[in-house]
Amino acid sequence: MNDFPRWRYWVVGIAMVLGLLYAAPNVYRPQPAVQISPNRDAKVDANLQKQVATDLDKAKIPYQSIAIEKDRMLVRFANTQVQLQGSDVLRTGLGGDYTVALNLASTVPHWMLAIGARAMPLGLDLQGGVHFLLSVDEQAVLKKQQQRYLDDIRSTLREKQIPVDAVSLSGDGVLAVFKTSDDRDKAMAAINEGTTDLAYTESRTPGGGYAFKADIKPDVVQKLAQAAITQNVTTLRNRVNALGVSEPLIQQQGESRIVVELPGVQDTAAAKRALGATATLEYHADDPNVNAAQAAQTGDVPPDDRIYYTKDGQPVVLKKRVIVSGDELVDASAGFDQQTGMPDVNVTLNSAGARRMLDFTTQNVGKRMGVVYIETTPEVKVVDGKEVHTTKTTETVLNNAVIQGVFGKKFQTTGLTQQEAETLSLMLRSGSLAAPMDIVEQSVIGPSLGQDNIKKGDRAIVLGLALVLLAAAIYYRLFGIVADIALVFNLLLLVAVMSLVGVTLTMPGIAGIILALGMAIDANVLICERIREELRNGSTPLASIRTGYEKSFSVIVDAHVTHLIAAVALMATGAGAIKGFGVTLAIGIIISLFTSLTMTHAITALIHGGRKRKLKTLWV
Amino acid sequence: MEIFRHDLNINFLGMRKVSIVISAICLIVSVWAITVKGLNYGLDFTGGVLIQVSYERPVDVGDVRSALMKVGFEHAVVQSVGGTREISIRLQIPKTEAKKQSPDQIAGAISKKVLTALQVDNPGAKLAQSPDFVGPEVGQQLKTSGIYAVIVVIIGIMVYLGMRFEKRFAVAAVASEIHDTVITLGIIALVQREFDMTVLASILAVVGYSINDKVVVFDRVRELFRLTRKAKTQDILNRAINNTLSRTIITSGFTALAMASLYLFGGPAVHGFAITMLIGILVGTLSSIFFASPLLLWLGVSKKDLMPVTKENPELARRP
Repeated sequence: MNDFPRWRYWVVGIAMVLGLLYAAPNVYRPQPAVQISPNRDAKVDANLQKQVATDLDKAKIPYQSIAIEKDRMLVRFANTQVQLQGSDVLRTGLGGDYTVALNLASTVPHWMLAIGARAMPLGLDLQGGVHFLLSVDEQAVLKKQQQRYLDDIRSTLREKQIPVDAVSLSGDGVLAVFKTSDDRDKAMAAINEGTTDLAYTESRTPGGGYAFKADIKPDVVQKLAQAAITQNVTTLRNRVNALGVSEPLIQQQGESRIVVELPGVQDTAAAKRALGATATLEYHADDPNVNAAQAAQTGDVPPDDRIYYTKDGQPVVLKKRVIVSGDELVDASAGFDQQTGMPDVNVTLNSAGARRMLDFTTQNVGKRMGVVYIETTPEVKVVDGKEVHTTKTTETVLNNAVIQGVFGKKFQTTGLTQQEAETLSLMLRSGSLAAPMDIVEQSVIGPSLGQDNIKKGDRAIVLGLALVLLAAAIYYRLFGIVADIALVFNLLLLVAVMSLVGVTLTMPGIAGIILALGMAIDANVLICERIREELRNGSTPLASIRTGYEKSFSVIVDAHVTHLIAAVALMATGAGAIKGFGVTLAIGIIISLFTSLTMTHAITALIHGGRKRKLKTLWV
Repeated sequence: MEIFRHDLNINFLGMRKVSIVISAICLIVSVWAITVKGLNYGLDFTGGVLIQVSYERPVDVGDVRSALMKVGFEHAVVQSVGGTREISIRLQIPKTEAKKQSPDQIAGAISKKVLTALQVDNPGAKLAQSPDFVGPEVGQQLKTSGIYAVIVVIIGIMVYLGMRFEKRFAVAAVASEIHDTVITLGIIALVQREFDMTVLASILAVVGYSINDKVVVFDRVRELFRLTRKAKTQDILNRAINNTLSRTIITSGFTALAMASLYLFGGPAVHGFAITMLIGILVGTLSSIFFASPLLLWLGVSKKDLMPVTKENPELARRP
């Protein structure tokens, strides 16, 4: 057909090739594996590889490969049962120097990954895993802040020597009572110098005193609550990363909830323990008289000292005595030093902590002081058939800096990159400020109805699609075959785009794919019926094709746009499953519009347009 | 190959009184079923108890399922947990147990019942860990946001169809869409089929499918209105339905074919999805013929509403 512009053939051709290429990675399903990552100064190298191999051989556990990938090692197994046995053997064999975690390793060839092609991750309902919904206790955060303002107000009044009758917590604010209104005004002015987060209501007490009630301003409350959530999300992410789960989902849901989904994890108990870990902080003095590197080798330290390690595995020798602990820290935020403009972390302590910090720093200017992050994870081990509850404590030195001057309530840590400052402030906060979280929902979602059923479902979908393709070919003959080609490419393109965008495939997503394919079939049926109608009305074959496409254009566009509106609305307003359905449907509709109108037209034009002799009949 | 004669002319609109009455009865029964009988929400929506059982020898998941079936745990989700000797069972809390006071008591009672049932075939079965409560996968939030989503979808579709067609078409399309969804839900409630995530997914697909059918018929109505000079609205509607009948049946047939294959060979994982789609396709196809078009007639569409608006040329008007 001459009225079909050449560039469109190119568009169709390129789309077909790209679709094939980017849908291809989904053929390679991930493989059960065990991930070994080093703790502290342990190394992932050829020696470890040898050790892992001998350990597994000794236990007669067959493995497929042992590979070093960046700073971790992946041992691949044929199935999950062997994987579980393997991980048990390695966990006992390697001891505490390494974290051994179950993982799913990608089997997509490297050249595909290099061009950005990757497989769609499967959702919890298809792959199984655990799902948690955590609720963050914002009230606890507010209570803590309230206490902090109370301490602040007390110490400000003391400093400025303003006489006060009583200062106490009241409702969600602080109540202060004064003898005269003059004292009250002075007090408010003094407090306002330190903070602008408070709003005051003045009143008279029955005893004739002058009182004000200071409440935390609503926008500050909101900011605190949001910070608590962000804080907890970060902490959770760190802990989940330690579990070695691929494709975890950790996100805020609503105002005070956090969703955690760990695909592929089956052991809820272990996941729950990791999420339920508690953290705290301790400030310790550095012992300058001990060579840390030497002490780490010999294990020889003075009785008052202990060896700690930084995240990179560097040893640090600190005094055992705690200067300030996590619950005395009220805030930590990353910022920039006002004089040098360098990144820093601003730390605020409560009054008790401030006093001790002041005492300590007065005597120790020029020496170092380290911050230790302590995480306690509950663990359950089975010993002699009985469950034994223990806890595992991990202590890491976050920072070991020189004390530049005397400080108390507020101080800065400098000499960090911006990235380091952010991380340090986050870790400081998670060791002290993290709002308590409760698990309100938890479920182990097995590959919803079991692996065998998913295989069955897969086969049935392929069979169903094959039947439809066959029926279309029989009923519409040549045009049916053209429609079939378009339909197959519709599916390929849809899978390709979903993989590229990184959509997680879930059951509602599959429903979206099926509906989109249904739309594509319908569009082709509409076109074929129209062409038949035109032929019956006595048009020539070529004219029938042209008018067939022209006349079915409006209905196909209307139907698709209607669907697109629905899909976008579902995407924008829906959550979870409904959103997944909307995303898939929206992508599918746009692709269906392209394959049904442009791709089939191009193929038809290629078949019928090139012929010199006059087209007498159409196979439709 | 043609299944239908192309010159078919069935007077569908002539049966409108009967068909609307049937529709109305279906709607009333459906609303009754949904509100009084209620949807049989699955584990995804209700949550329940999680029990992990370990065996001395490998065990078949199917056997466990049928053993549970015998003692009345119909919709237990049974799966093997890493290996073949440990399985996890998730089940809803039976209404008889729900009266017990503390959650631990309920979980304890249920796990005892499950264990006794399993030990009949396999005396080596024992609890791997204490039973746990699991929350619903579909939280309250999804439910409320789902309702918002539906309202936005309805408004969006109505605005678009109102622009492309005419407001009465929009009303008729959305009304039949609601009609189809309610009846499909009604049938699920009536037979008390478990309403889980897959069924929810298929309901969404049914809604899309149903609106598609309406758009196709309405498009032909619009075209015929514009082409014919003089014709009664009823005749136009009849012709539109007859002209598109072949495509309606073929498309429904193709989709039903795929769904039937899912239903017959797909196993329990996709049962709910396939059967709901099949019901929805049937309801949607019938309603575009017997419900949407009569509604259009009663709403009083006419040729005038659909003629493209042509601006009067002021130049011409001024001429004598």
